[in-house]
This record gives sequence, structure tokens and C-alpha cells, in this order.
Amino acid sequence: MHQQQNPSASQNIIELHDSVKDALVAQFGEGIIRTQIDYDFPVVIVSKRVLHDALAFLKNDPAMGFTFLTTMCGIHFPANEGEEFALMYQLHNMEKNLRIRVKVFMSEKDLTVPTATDLWLGANWMEREAFDFYGFKFSGHPDLRRILNMDEMNYHPMRKEYALEDASKHDKEDKYFGR
Amino acid sequence: MSKVDIKPEYQPEGLEGQGFFATSLDKAVGLARANSLWPLPFATSCCGIEFMATMASHYDLSRFGMERLSFSPRQADLLMVMGTISKKMGPILRQVYEQMAEPKWVLSMGACASTGGIFDTYSVLQGIDRIIPVDVYIPGCPPRPEQVLDGIMKIQELAKAEKGNRRESPQYKAMLAQYGLE
Amino acid sequence: MSKIAGNIGQNFGVSTAVTEQKDYSILNLGPTHPATHGIFQNVLTMDGEMIVKAVPTIGYIHRAFEKLGERRPYNQITPITDRLNYCSSPINNMGWHMTVEKLIGCEVPKRAQYLRVIIMELSRIADHIVCDTVIAVDTGAMTGFLYLFQWREKIYEIFEEICGARLTTNIGRIGGMERDFNEKAWSKLQAFIKEFPKGLKEFDALVTRNRIFMDRTMGAGAITAEKALQYSFTGPNLRAAGVDYDVRVMNPYSSYQDFEFDIPVGTNGDTYDRYMVRMEEMWQSLRIIEQAVKNLPDGPFHADVPEFYLPPKDEVYSKMEALIYHFKIVMGEMDVPKGEVYHAVEGGNGELGYYLISDGGRTPYRLHMRRPCFIYYQAYPSMIEGGMLSDAILTMSSMNVIAGELDA
Repeated sequence: MHQQQNPSASQNIIELHDSVKDALVAQFGEGIIRTQIDYDFPVVIVSKRVLHDALAFLKNDPAMGFTFLTTMCGIHFPANEGEEFALMYQLHNMEKNLRIRVKVFMSEKDLTVPTATDLWLGANWMEREAFDFYGFKFSGHPDLRRILNMDEMNYHPMRKEYALEDASKHDKEDKYFGR
Repeated sequence: MSKVDIKPEYQPEGLEGQGFFATSLDKAVGLARANSLWPLPFATSCCGIEFMATMASHYDLSRFGMERLSFSPRQADLLMVMGTISKKMGPILRQVYEQMAEPKWVLSMGACASTGGIFDTYSVLQGIDRIIPVDVYIPGCPPRPEQVLDGIMKIQELAKAEKGNRRESPQYKAMLAQYGLE
Repeated sequence: MSKIAGNIGQNFGVSTAVTEQKDYSILNLGPTHPATHGIFQNVLTMDGEMIVKAVPTIGYIHRAFEKLGERRPYNQITPITDRLNYCSSPINNMGWHMTVEKLIGCEVPKRAQYLRVIIMELSRIADHIVCDTVIAVDTGAMTGFLYLFQWREKIYEIFEEICGARLTTNIGRIGGMERDFNEKAWSKLQAFIKEFPKGLKEFDALVTRNRIFMDRTMGAGAITAEKALQYSFTGPNLRAAGVDYDVRVMNPYSSYQDFEFDIPVGTNGDTYDRYMVRMEEMWQSLRIIEQAVKNLPDGPFHADVPEFYLPPKDEVYSKMEALIYHFKIVMGEMDVPKGEVYHAVEGGNGELGYYLISDGGRTPYRLHMRRPCFIYYQAYPSMIEGGMLSDAILTMSSMNVIAGELDA
């Protein structure tokens, strides 16, 4: 949905994009669906099947060297049939100061994703947050439970079908709101 | 030295004579209470930092007798709720309030504690007066230290003017029953 | 400290081959606690004074910033970002403005960039004042807190001259600053630059080489550089462990490449190193502010982006286009290009990043904030297990865990 080719990206970013794309396609072939450049980030869209191996490759391969996980988050596109949910990982190669983004799309029927906690210890809480907000099930996660919301909450609030305010409307005085 | 007639403002009305001063017990106790409140700073977010600034030497809080902050509810008089209270935190706030002994006052500092503030979201309690009774509200986001001191002075006036049997009266008990407290 | 405790059995001739059935006690370092500056809970399994296991629980101040970001237009999100790391809210504001400027492709003039740098470094000093004095308070030294908070009041006064607010500042606008610094702000800034070194040296003399403070903090809550990188640490906590990663140097923004400053780096990653890194960063921030004030270029203090920057009031009352722009900006109807952008700034605690997906509408489609506190607090149990309870308290306050940034 929100893709933008950025032809004015600097030469370094284009070289990085090309080298990452070549290395990944050589390793995983069709698991790499698409690559593009968004502003100043090369973005690699992978399929769920190769996600964990692609992340491990990007982290461990000496030519790639993306050893630092900056952040990860979930995104919900209810309008995309069959690819409603996405996960975004941002990796950083600190020695050469290079950053890339890895995305994976999946259907709402199957939100199981392999965990990245065996690659980065810091992914633990990031995945718990993604589970709390969207309902992704990370298989292999040591302790997958809600982190920011109450444990009793029975829905995943960041999904687009839920409103910002409390759905029960019990949290405000009715007389001030005309109901 | 000429005789100077000083009527200090804090002195309650009473009968004065050589070596004695007679007033009602309520007023004397109220005077003592008001100037030696022990606050419990229940600081959760940004208002807590503004409270730290109020406690620091520029806007000194110990001028008002609140030198000793009590973090144990059993030993506190004034519960100052400063910052956003989320629905996850609500039961804990209520437990802290129940653990305090009478007489106790509650000061709600900031917009988030008073009404939920700018956070009209699924996770924020829209005002602590939904779970505990509040005496003084201080609006602001965050309120300036002068406003906090103003709120504290209002609590002091409440403490001074309190009747001795207020906490046993049926109206007070009915108010507590509204919140589900004993 | 924890190493000594392990050897006590041998010293006293007591056999350490005790029965495995140990009676552990559970201590709830609960959400309301004097020493946890912010509300987060840790359930500690203790063997006497030593911590065997720690289970943290956060989310007690979850205010749904990311969901709020999908509801509010771009200029109304700035007050939300204030409340992330509220000890240094101008840095959060500037990070957000820079993210939107990256999205719309706006080039901010040099003068505005230098003014932004001054404000960001002042707030970094304010944040580090809070953290360092609070470490001292947790060891029992209240005096440093009372002395140094006076300087925080001076910083607040400068912020008040610029934007009107002390703590949650909502400073700057998309495209630059809302107004130039006036005479009073400059004089207060000059007075601060002149007087603050004295105050900081006083605090330094009280605490830094104090025997008790050093004994308490050295070795407490240490973390190695490899482990810190695994946990995605950034900021002073990572620099204390030995890695010199600073977003201002790696990915310079807002003209940071024009300034000369050092990055202090520690060795062990323990509490003393974190304290010292922050102390030294305050000196470096002062250095940056001096350079910025000296080399301040002339020019406009905001970029020419009429769709995002409010036009001057006299034009609003007399010209039609200005009136329309004013109306659109206030109602939040801005034409934003579609795209995904990520921008990071060096916040008080580390790399504060904003990941913004825009679908062309008046509000972001998705706003994710990379909050450094949330990410490095994961390592807290591993830093305190095996240590004593008092070290756990110091470790927590030296990590500068701000609850607003933890939960968002």
C-alpha cells in the first residue's frame, strides 16, 4: 500500500539496496518477494517462510553484518485482502553505519510468526508488544503474554476496527456526553 | 518596647488570658494537623517531576510542614495523586487509599488524575474520582509549582476547618459507600 | 559485591554444600515505591538479601500513544510526544518535527537548526540532572539533588521565555521554531552558560569522588558490551558499557556535524560508569551550546512551508491565502505525501525513533515510537539477578527508567 520508490536516494543507499538484494536473492531465491527504497531505507519484503532465516543471514553473514535490532512493530492494513497484517524489523549495521528494513506480510487467518528472540535478546519485549497490540503469535517465544495492557483485556487494541476510546463507554459520565 | 497587638491569622478564636488560651478542641487539633501533614506522593508521570520541582529548594514544600514524605500509606495523611492513572493502576491506587488511616485527604494533581487529561483512550482511567473520593483538584498539565502550593494550602484549610466527628458522621459514611469503601 | 557474598560460606568454614531446599522469600518491589521513579513492578525472589529471580511488570501508565497517533493530525501529535521522556521533552518534540519534515521533504534553515540544537542540549542537561541527582538520592545524598535542581529551574525559565511552558514544552513547529529567541531568553541563556559550570562542579565535588558513593555504585548492575548490544541498548547505558554509539554522530541531524564534542564512554557498564557518562555528557552539552551560541547564523527561523507553518497573524487578517492556510492547519487538514519514514534522534536515554506511515490523510496511518527505555529495561532482571537488593535499586535509578517512555 504505502510504497514509494525514491529515485533521488543517495548513491550509498542505492548501492546498499543492491548489495543486500543480491545477497538475499542468491540465498533465498523466491522467499524474497520484493525490494524497494523508502526515503533513505532499503526495504526488503520477505515471505513468512524464510523470515527467520533471512534475519539470521542478515545478522550473521560477515558481508551483511546487521547485528543490531533497532526496532520492530506490527502494522494492520485491513484493506489489503489476504495480507492484512505486517511486521516490520529495522536492522542496523553499526560498524559500517547501514540501516535496512525487513517486512513480512501475512493474512489475518494465520498470525503465527517465528520468533527472533534466539537472534536478539532485545526482541523479547518487542514481540510481546506486537502480540499485545495486534495478536501476532510468536512461536518459540519464551514468555508470550501481554505487556502494556491489562492481562484481562480480551481484544488487541491497535487493530483498526477498534476505536481509541473505551468501547464499553463506562469510563465517562453519561450526562456530560448527552447519552 | 511598646505593647504591640499582634493577632496572628492562624490563631483560632478563643478565650485568652494570663498564661492560658481556651478554644475548641476541633480548632486546636485542626491547627496542628494542617501544619504537619505527611503527604504520600503517588507520582506516576510528568506531574511527578513537577512535584519534585515543588519539593526542591526553589518552591520549598517543607515550609508547609511537609518535610517528611511518607511512602508508606499507613503513616500518611495526604494522598497526592500526580499523573495519569491507567486502568491497570486503578486497583493499586484504591488499595493504597484503603490502607491509609483516617483522617485522610486526597489531592488530585494535574489534568490526567482529575479527569483523564488529554488521554481519552481505552487504557486511561478518566479521573481518579471514579474510584476514590477526592478533596482538592489541581488543574494543569502539568500545573505550575505555585498551583500545587495553592492546592496544598486549600487542603490545609480543609484540615483546619474539619469538625472532629466528621469521619464518623452518616453523610461521610454514605459518601464512602458510594465508592464501595467502608 | 556479589562475588564477595558467594565466598562467605568458605570463609567461615561453613560447608556450601547445603541442601537444595532453600526457603526463598518473595518481595514485591511494587508499583508504588519511593525508589522506583515511575511505576513499574518487580516481583523479586530473594534469598536473604540476594536476588535470585526478578519478574518485571510494566504497563501501569500505558496511555496508548500509538493509537492516539492515528487519531490526531500531525501538529497535534507534538504534545503527545512531550509526554514520552518528560524530563527532556524538547528532544522528543524536535524528533517528531524532523520526522514530519523528512516525510514532506522540507529543508529547515540553518538558524532554526542551531536554535533547535541549543534547546535540545539544554533539555539533555535537564534530563541528566534528574538522573544523576536521583542516583545520589538513592544512595542517601539528598544535598546534591537540592543544589542541582536550582539549575533545572534556570533551564525551565529559559524554556518559558521561548515557548511558555516549563516541562511539557510543545516547542518548535513543523518547519522550524515558532518564534525567535527574544532578548530575555538570550540573557538568561548567557547567564546559564556562565554560572552552570560552578553548580555542576559543586555537585561533582560532593558526589563523584565520594568514598561512600563509589563503594555503593562500583560493580553494581554491570552489563557487558556484547550483552548490551544483544538487548538493543542505546544511549548513556550503552556508552557506559563501552560502545560509542551516538545518533548525533552516526546519523547527524539538525547540523550536529558542525559542532565539536566528545562522546564519553565507560568500561564496565556498572552504575558508576552510567553516572559518570551522564556527568561528562552534561559538560559536552554545555560545550555544544557555547559553540552554537557563538556561531549562530542569521536568517529565518522557520522554513517556507505554508501548508504546515502558521502564517503571520496580520497576513491572516488581510490576505485570503493566509486565512485559508491558517484554517486548514488549525483544523488539521494538511496534504501530506504518502510514504514511510523513520527518523531517530539522540534522546536523553538513547535512540528515540519515530516510524511513521502516512497514507495521505490528515492523521498518520501508523505511528510507532522506538522508545529506548522500553527496550533496555528488558535487561534489568539479568542485571540484578545475583546481586543485592540495594544494588538493584541503584541499578534502576542509574538506568534512568522514565515510566512515560517505558509504557507509552
